[in-house]
Amino acid sequence: MTDLGYTADEIMTVAAARQLRDNMVCFVGIGLPSAAANLARLSHAPEVVLIYESGTIGAKPDVLPLSIADGELSETALSVVSVPEMFRYWLQGGRIDVGFLGAAQIDRFANINTTIIGDYRKPTTRLPGGGGAPEIATSAREIFVMLRMSPRAFVAKLDFVTSLGHGSGGASRAAAGAQGRGPTRIVTDLGILSPDPESRELELASIHPGISVEQAKAACGWPLRIAEGLAETPAPTEVELATLRNFKSRSEAAGTGRPQRAKAPS
Amino acid sequence: MAEITSLAEAVRHLIQDGDSVAFEGFTHLIPSAAALEAIRQGKRDLTLIRMTPDLIYDQIIGMGLARKLVFAWGGNPGVGSLHRLREAIEQDWPRPLEIDERSHSNMANAYAAGASGLPFAVFRGHIGDDLPKVNPTIKRIACPFTGEQLAAVPAMRPDVGVIHAQRADRRGNVLLWGIVGVQKEVVLAAKRSIVTVEEVVERLEAPPNACILPHFTVGAVCLVPRGAWPSYAQGYYKRDNGFYKAWDGISRERGTFQAWMTRHVMGTGNFADFEASLKSAAKEALRD
Repeated sequence: MTDLGYTADEIMTVAAARQLRDNMVCFVGIGLPSAAANLARLSHAPEVVLIYESGTIGAKPDVLPLSIADGELSETALSVVSVPEMFRYWLQGGRIDVGFLGAAQIDRFANINTTIIGDYRKPTTRLPGGGGAPEIATSAREIFVMLRMSPRAFVAKLDFVTSLGHGSGGASRAAAGAQGRGPTRIVTDLGILSPDPESRELELASIHPGISVEQAKAACGWPLRIAEGLAETPAPTEVELATLRNFKSRSEAAGTGRPQRAKAPS
Repeated sequence: MAEITSLAEAVRHLIQDGDSVAFEGFTHLIPSAAALEAIRQGKRDLTLIRMTPDLIYDQIIGMGLARKLVFAWGGNPGVGSLHRLREAIEQDWPRPLEIDERSHSNMANAYAAGASGLPFAVFRGHIGDDLPKVNPTIKRIACPFTGEQLAAVPAMRPDVGVIHAQRADRRGNVLLWGIVGVQKEVVLAAKRSIVTVEEVVERLEAPPNACILPHFTVGAVCLVPRGAWPSYAQGYYKRDNGFYKAWDGISRERGTFQAWMTRHVMGTGNFADFEASLKSAAKEALRD
C-alpha cells in the first residue's frame, strides 16, 4: 500500500468518514469510529452532530479523545447530560440517526461480538464487553461498523452475540423487536460491505484501490459474496489526508504531554 | 447527614468486608484515592459494581480483594485490555471472579430505579444479544398498555456508593459538573456513600440547575485534592493519558503489578504520599 501514498488505516478512516453527512446525529463508539466521525466533522460535514455515550451532545473535539469521555468532549459540547438521560431520552427516545460502532468480530449478517472468544464461563480471551453497543445497535435508525478485515475478525460463527445486526438474516432483525435498519455499511481496510436487501447477508460493495477481490475473500472467514456492480472506493483526496494527519498529529502531541492544572471556573 | 472526615476514617467505617461497592465515574471524576484506600485497608470479598471498570478495579481485582464484578465494559479506554481483570477471568488468578455482565443502558436504568426507590427498571434493550442467556437477572416484561416486550432488571442498590466531585461546602453539600455519568443516581441508590472532593469551600455558588447532592443524601465527604488522578476533574486537572498508557506495561505481568502496588500503594499512608512515591520513582527512572 505504501506506493499509494496512504496507509490501510487511513483509507478505512476516510471511507468511513464519507458515510456521514451534514446534520446527521451520530452516536459515536469508542476507537476507530471516533477518528472517522471527527474527520467527517472537520472536512465535508461540519454540521454533523456527534454524541458520545458519556453524555456529551454536539462535541467538537480539537484533538482525538483517547476515551469516550475526555475533557476535550465535555468542554466543546453543546450540552452534557447524565448517562441515564443519554440512554433514555436520546438513544431510546429515537433521536439518533446513525450508531457508529467498532467490533472485534462480525459474522455474515453483521452481528457483532466484543465480549469473549471461546466459552463464556471459561473464555480463552476476555474482551471488554458491550458497553453501550447492545442498545445502540437496536435503537439508532441505522448502524455503521468499522473494523479491519481478517479471517479472525470476519468469522462464520460468533462465540457470543454482543450486539444484534441482521440476526439470522431476512426479516429476523425486525421480528426480534429491534428498531432501525440495522447495519447498512461495514467499512474495512480492504473495502466496504453492505447487506443484500433480501437475505441481509453482507456483500462486498466497494473495494479500495490496489486491493484485489481475492485479497478480500481471503480475509473473510465465510465465502464472501461480491455485489453486482462492485465499485472502487475513490482514493483519499489530498485534503482528506491532510485533515486526518493534522488531527492525528495534534492528538499525539496532546496525548503525550503532561497534564496541566486548569483554573477552576468561578 | 454528611460528615466531613478523613478518607481513611470514611473507608474504615463505611465499607465492610463482603459489601457491594460502586466506585463510579465515567472516565471523568473516577474515585481513585478512595479505591486505593480500600486496598490499603484490605477490604475483602467485595462485590464491585461499575459501568466501566478501569484501572482502580484492575488494582482491586489484582490484589485479590474482589469476589464478584457487575459491569458493562471492562477495558483501558484507547489503550487495550485490563490485564488483571482478564487474568482473573481467564486464569482464576489471584482468585476466581464471579461475573454479572450487562449493558450500559441496563446499568444506568438499574441505578436510576435504585435512586427512585423502585424494585426494578424497565427499558427497551437486550434485543437479540446473548447477555440474557448468561445473566439470569435480565428478564422480559410486557408493557401493560401496548404489549411491547421490554427488558426488566432489578434495581441496583449498592451497600456503598463512592464518587469523586469537584466541591463541597462545610455542611457537606456536594457539587459536580462536566461529565457527571451516573454519580448522582449511585449516591441516591446506595445505602451508604463516600464522596471525595477537590476542595471544600464556604459557598458552592452553583447555578440553579447544577448537579448537586444535598448534605442529607451523603454519608462522608473527604477532602482529597487530585483524588481522581489519573482520570480528571474538569476545571482542576486534565486526564493523564500517559499514565493510562503506562498502566498497560505495569499491569501486564503479575510481578511488575505486585511490585508497583507494594511500593506505591501498600507502602504509602495516603493519596498525597502515593503521588509523591510515583514522582520519586519517575525521578529515579530519569537518573538510570
